[in-house]
Parts: sequence; structure tokens; C-alpha cells
Amino acid sequence: MKALSQRRRHPLAAAALLLIGLVATGGLYTAAGSVNEAKASTVYTASDVEEGNKLFVANCATCHGLNAEGTPNGPSLVGVGAASVDFQVGTGRMPMQMQGPQAQAKPVQFSDEQIVQLSAFVASLGAGPAVPHEEWLDTSLGNSANGGAVFRTNCAMCHNAAAAGGALTRGKFAPSLDGVSEAHIYEAMVTGPQNMPVFNDSNISPEEKRDVITFLKEIESQGSPGGAALGSLGPVSEGLFIWTAGLGIIIAFTIWLTSRSS
Amino acid sequence: MSTATEFQAKTRTGRIADFVDQRVGGSTMVKEFGRKIFPDHWSFMFGEVALYTFVILLISGTFLTFFFDPSMAETHYAGSYNPLRGVEMSVAYASSLDISFDVRGGLFMRQVHHWSALLFVASVSVHMLRVFFTGAFRKPRELNWVVGGVLLILSLAAGFTGYSLPDDLLSGNGLRIIDGVVKALPLVGTYISAFLFGGEFPGTAIIGRLYMLHIMLVPALILLMVAMHLFMVVVHKHTQYPGPGRTEDNVVGFPVGPVYAAKAGGFFFIVFGVVALISGFFTINPIWNYGPYDPSPVSAGTQPDWYIGWVDGALRLMPGMLGNFSFEWIIPFPWGANTLVLNVLLPALVPAIVLLGLMFAWPWIERWVTRDDREHHILDRPRNAPFRTAVGVAGVVFYSVMWAAASSDLVATHFLVSLNDVTYWLRALFFLGPVIGFIVTRRICLALQRKDRDIVLHGREAGIIEMSPEGGFSERHEPLDEYKRYRLVAFDSPDVVPAQPDAVGHISRAEKRRGALSRLFFEDRVAPVTPEELAEAHAHHGHAAVEGGEKAQIGH
Repeated sequence: MKALSQRRRHPLAAAALLLIGLVATGGLYTAAGSVNEAKASTVYTASDVEEGNKLFVANCATCHGLNAEGTPNGPSLVGVGAASVDFQVGTGRMPMQMQGPQAQAKPVQFSDEQIVQLSAFVASLGAGPAVPHEEWLDTSLGNSANGGAVFRTNCAMCHNAAAAGGALTRGKFAPSLDGVSEAHIYEAMVTGPQNMPVFNDSNISPEEKRDVITFLKEIESQGSPGGAALGSLGPVSEGLFIWTAGLGIIIAFTIWLTSRSS
Repeated sequence: MSTATEFQAKTRTGRIADFVDQRVGGSTMVKEFGRKIFPDHWSFMFGEVALYTFVILLISGTFLTFFFDPSMAETHYAGSYNPLRGVEMSVAYASSLDISFDVRGGLFMRQVHHWSALLFVASVSVHMLRVFFTGAFRKPRELNWVVGGVLLILSLAAGFTGYSLPDDLLSGNGLRIIDGVVKALPLVGTYISAFLFGGEFPGTAIIGRLYMLHIMLVPALILLMVAMHLFMVVVHKHTQYPGPGRTEDNVVGFPVGPVYAAKAGGFFFIVFGVVALISGFFTINPIWNYGPYDPSPVSAGTQPDWYIGWVDGALRLMPGMLGNFSFEWIIPFPWGANTLVLNVLLPALVPAIVLLGLMFAWPWIERWVTRDDREHHILDRPRNAPFRTAVGVAGVVFYSVMWAAASSDLVATHFLVSLNDVTYWLRALFFLGPVIGFIVTRRICLALQRKDRDIVLHGREAGIIEMSPEGGFSERHEPLDEYKRYRLVAFDSPDVVPAQPDAVGHISRAEKRRGALSRLFFEDRVAPVTPEELAEAHAHHGHAAVEGGEKAQIGH
């Protein structure tokens, strides 16, 4: 203790103290943040990583760089995690069709096995969100009413209250969530693809994420109680319908009623 | 002791009719009203559609009042719609959900009510456009035009108060916009908002208040205006399109009894049937999707019903800043700074004042410019009033640009364009669209009038090319029959009336302005073909026929 107290006025003492403080805070935050994190179910083998590396070099490296370090055409993938790869490649957004305001979904390019291998490779580059465990995707365990409330507060302003999608600035958009798989919904929330913000586990807990998925799957499967939903786009499609189909039918009848028999 | 001459009906129906007749004068009414003549044209039936949808609204609305509870007390939903079960919400929203899911036929009736509301305002609008473009607002119908305009505004009020009642997220967002507009009013805005909502938005009073307006005051005013409107229609008699035998002093058509009563009565059931079919097959306002109102969330794709869309669109188009110029003015007062929110106030009020002001004033503007004090019962074809038609189209374009702006986000997502670009284009069209619409429409009208003249003077192009013995080619023109020609030549064509001096020979400034406007209105006018011109054209044709030889025999 004496040695320590003698050096307390050393020029580097303040710097050392700051360093200890930062490391402690950062370490605690990381520990606290990951306590609540959904753990991955998939365990990747070394051969997965190796195969994934080959696939990556052949299909992704042009934009993301040979070591996924990023280029002017694509961001670094170090630390984006397996969840990101599973979402982007699993929904067909990657490989990207063209540069634009945001990546568009298109038919998936890779088999499930190849997607696992790519995920394994990217996950091996640095720690990041993992592919969610089955437990968090099981809609029989979720509460759709709570999920609806979470959805309306956090998601509806871009994705629309009925998850029909909506516009963002400069050609960007929030897509419709109809038909998106449970895992992809979960992964989108934890990784924040394209223009979407990240909803980490301290923001929306894994249980609440499961509730949101339950809500989306329930409104997707229940159909539309009132008849054809007209795209679930609200009053615009309703107005368009009454001005075209509604008035059109009425006008056809008025012409019939006032025509003379000849 | 009755006298022998008194009428005794022989049948039971006759006796009942006689009983009614002696007490309320039924036969006089039937004689007066039943023999009223209504002309037949499909475009005359939009007013009827409006009336019938209003009746449907009254019937379906009455059903809804049996089950709707306009309370804003908090409750937890316990009905059968699972994704909302246990969610905290207002009693109003819970009862709307109950109507949708737990009252037999409730969802159908809600959809009937809402679809017929959309159709009601749409048919009122189309009816007004028909009246405007055919000049049916001219003397003696100016006041009825004003009553119609008031009906349009009342129907918007009825629609908006009803839209807010379910207290779902969508309607709450709409109400918040209205609150913002009210608060933007200088000096009194915050007070009006506080009185309206009973304190800070949203409060616990607004749904009950809107409900009273929606089911009592507004429909009562609409009924009153409808009664005045129809009374004036009966007094003025119906207008008619020009045609042989139709004059300013007669009406050519069918009497109410029995033909028109049957047609109109049948038409009510047709309209009801169409609304019922639409309501059975197409969702409207799925309130269960939106969730209970809560001031924090706002859903993408939040729009008002179509008839409020133009005001919403104007708000969307208005920039908050123009370069470095801010539309939010902080005005210092002795008691502190007050804010004048022009970026809300201008778009919310100015387009509405311009459009509605022009609409109400137009009959008087036209009357003043043309100095025309005659009664008009024969309608104009739109092309025969180029300036009016062009002004009408400019108004429609102006309205439509704002209307389109209300769906700018959906335009962006569905046509894969940038939302910002949609807004910039619509901002440009907001100013340029009406001007372009005016110029193009006026030129089209004048061109169509010239075409009409050409057809009258030279006949219709038959599409048959003939070769003369000399080898020349010409197209055969077939002359019009008299009925068709009548329609093309017998129309009212106001000419420029230059500024007139008054009794002492002085030309007032207002009169000069009127003269200038009159020139603007009518200087390009295409006059209808006169009998002399027609005779001359025919003589010319005869001359040509002599030289044409064989063609004359076929053509004439």
C-alpha cells in the first residue's frame, strides 16, 4: 500500500485512474447488457466457418472486402453478428440487387445450409447478435395484446399500425411485415437492418419481442374480419375505392335508369 | 243531414283517400307535387344519391347509437378480439369494438354507416360539380347554390365528428391535428382548444361532446338545409339540358307520379343495395388494427377520411422554413412573447377560404361580369362557357393537388419514388397546376366549340374518301339532322359587355374593372352558328356540288 500511496502524485496517476474507471464502467455495462440477451441456439463448427469464408470471398467480398473489413461500397461486417447475416441473406436483401436508398428483398440466393455457414463466418469475426433461440420465437408463449401495445409504441410509426408498411424520406421505406418469418422479425429488431433502429434487449426485452412476433403472426393469420382489407392502408384506399368502384357502380345505374327504351 | 250532392267513394281505398283529402288536402298536394315534371338525365341523379345515402346514414346511425357509449372512462377490454384483450382503453373504443365483434350485425352496420358517409360526401361533391359546370347556379338558383354549399360544409362536419368517435389511434391522431390547428389561431386559439377539450388535449370530455354534435346538431342542420334545398328545387323547377322543344318556360321530362316516383323510389333501394354489398365485402376503418388512442404513438399512413384529405394535404405541403425564413413568428407583447404559427395557420385556413369563398361568390361574380339578369332554366354545355369551365377545372386541380398530398407517403411507397420529391412536385403543382388547368381547359373548350361550328357548317366527316373524275381526293361530309344541329347551335353565348357609363355619363372604377373582367371572360368567344351563316354554308355546298357532279348526288 505504501508503494501505491507514494506514487499517487505520479504524472500518470490521473490517466491510470481514468483508464481503470472506463474499463470498469465499460466492462460492467457489457456484462449487464448481455445478461438479458437471448442466447443463440446454433453452435457453429470450424468447417462451417471455413465454408462460410469461401462463400463470403466468392459472393460478398466485392463490396464488403476480402476480410469483411468494408469498402466504400459496403460496410464492415466485423461485429454485426450471425443474426444480421441470417436476416440480410435469409430475406434475399444480400447480395444486394443494386445500390439504392435501401436494399430490397428479393428471392433468396443461398440454401439454408449456406446461410448458416455465412453466419458462422461473420460471427467468427467478432461478437455480435446471434441467431435467436427457438424459445423466443414460439408464438404459443407470447401475449399478443401486450405485443400490440409494444408494436404501436415502437414500430407503428414506420411500419403502420396494421404492419402494412410506410414511407420514409428520400425513397427509403419501412416494408410490410406480412409473411416475414418469426426469426427474421426478431433479427431485424436486434440488428436494425437498412434504416431501422436497433431495439436491443434492454430497450425491448426478449419476452416483449416474442409478444410483438405473436401479435404480428396473429393479425396475419386471423385475416380481415370486415371483408377485403384494401391493402390495410387506411382511409386513402377507402376513399379511392368509393370514388372509383362505388361511384362507378352508382353512375352505371343512373345511366341505366335514365336511358330511354328505343 | 248531408246534402245529396256530397261525394261518396265506392271503394274502401277511395273512402280512405277521401277521408285524408278532406282533412289535409291530400289531392291538392298530389296534384301539385305529383304532376311536377323532372327531366331525365343521369347527371341529375347525384343529388338523389346524396339524399338516399343520408337516409341510410340516419337508419344505420340509429342502430349504432343503441350500442355505442361515448364515455372516455378507462376500462380494460374483455371482448372477443384477442389481440386487444386486457388492453387499457376508453369505454368509447371498447363499445366500438363490441359493436364490431360482439353485437350481431354490428360490424356490418358500422361499415354501412361509414361507406355511406364516404359516398354521401362524394355524391354531394359530384352534384355540386355538375351544378357548377352546367351553370345551374344562375338566376333564380343562386340561393339554392349557397344552401348546397352550406350542406357540403355540414357534411364535412358530420363526417369529421363521426370519424373521431371510436377513439382509436387513427381518429385520435386526426383530432390532435385539429387541436393543433385550433391552437394556431392567434390569441383565442389556446382558449378555444381548452374549452373544446375541457382542458388539455385529449382530456375526458371531447368524445361525448363530438357525439352530441354528431347525432343531434349537425344532422338536424343538415335536415333543415335539405328541406330548404328541396323546397327551392320545387319552387324553381328543375333545369334541363338544351334540346328541341325545350325552352326557358317549360320543363320536358316525366311527372313525379307515377313514373318519376317509381324510378326515384327504386333508385333508393339500388343505392342501399350497392352500399350494403360494398359493406358486406370490403372493410372500412378497421379500428381493431389501430388500437386505443394514446397521445404518444402515431402510425404510418395516418390519414383522414377522403373529404378532409385536402386540408391534411395542405398541412403536409407547407414548409416550416423557406431558406432562412421561418414561418413561426415570435411576436413580443408587453406580457411576454406570443407565437404566431403561420406554417400551420396558412395551410389550414387559406386554401379553404379561397376555395369556399370563390364557390359561394361565383354566382354573383358571373352575374356582375355578364350583367345578365335573366332567368336561366336551360343548362350550358361546359364547352359553351369556356371561362367558367376553366375556372372550375382550376379549382378542381387546386383541390386535387392538396388531396393527393394527403397520400404523399403512399404515392412514394407504391410508385417507388422519393417522398421528398413527391412533396416538391406537389408544391410546384399547388401553384402551377391551377394555371395550367385553366389555360388547357379554356383552349379545349374553345377548340370543341370551333369543332361544333365546323360540324354544323360542313357536316360530319363520314370517313369515306372519294376520288373525282379528275383524280382529286375529298372526304365526304354528311349533313346533320335538325335535332343534332339544334343542340350545337342553340346555346346562350354571352358577349363582351364593355364598361357602361352611368346616368350622368361617368364610368366608375368598379364598372371599368367589370368591363376588363368581361373582356377576359368572353373576348375569345366562339359564337354559335347563325341561320344566315348556315344558309350561306349550304349555298356554298350547293355550288361545290354543281362542280362535284356525282358527289352531290351521294352527299346531298
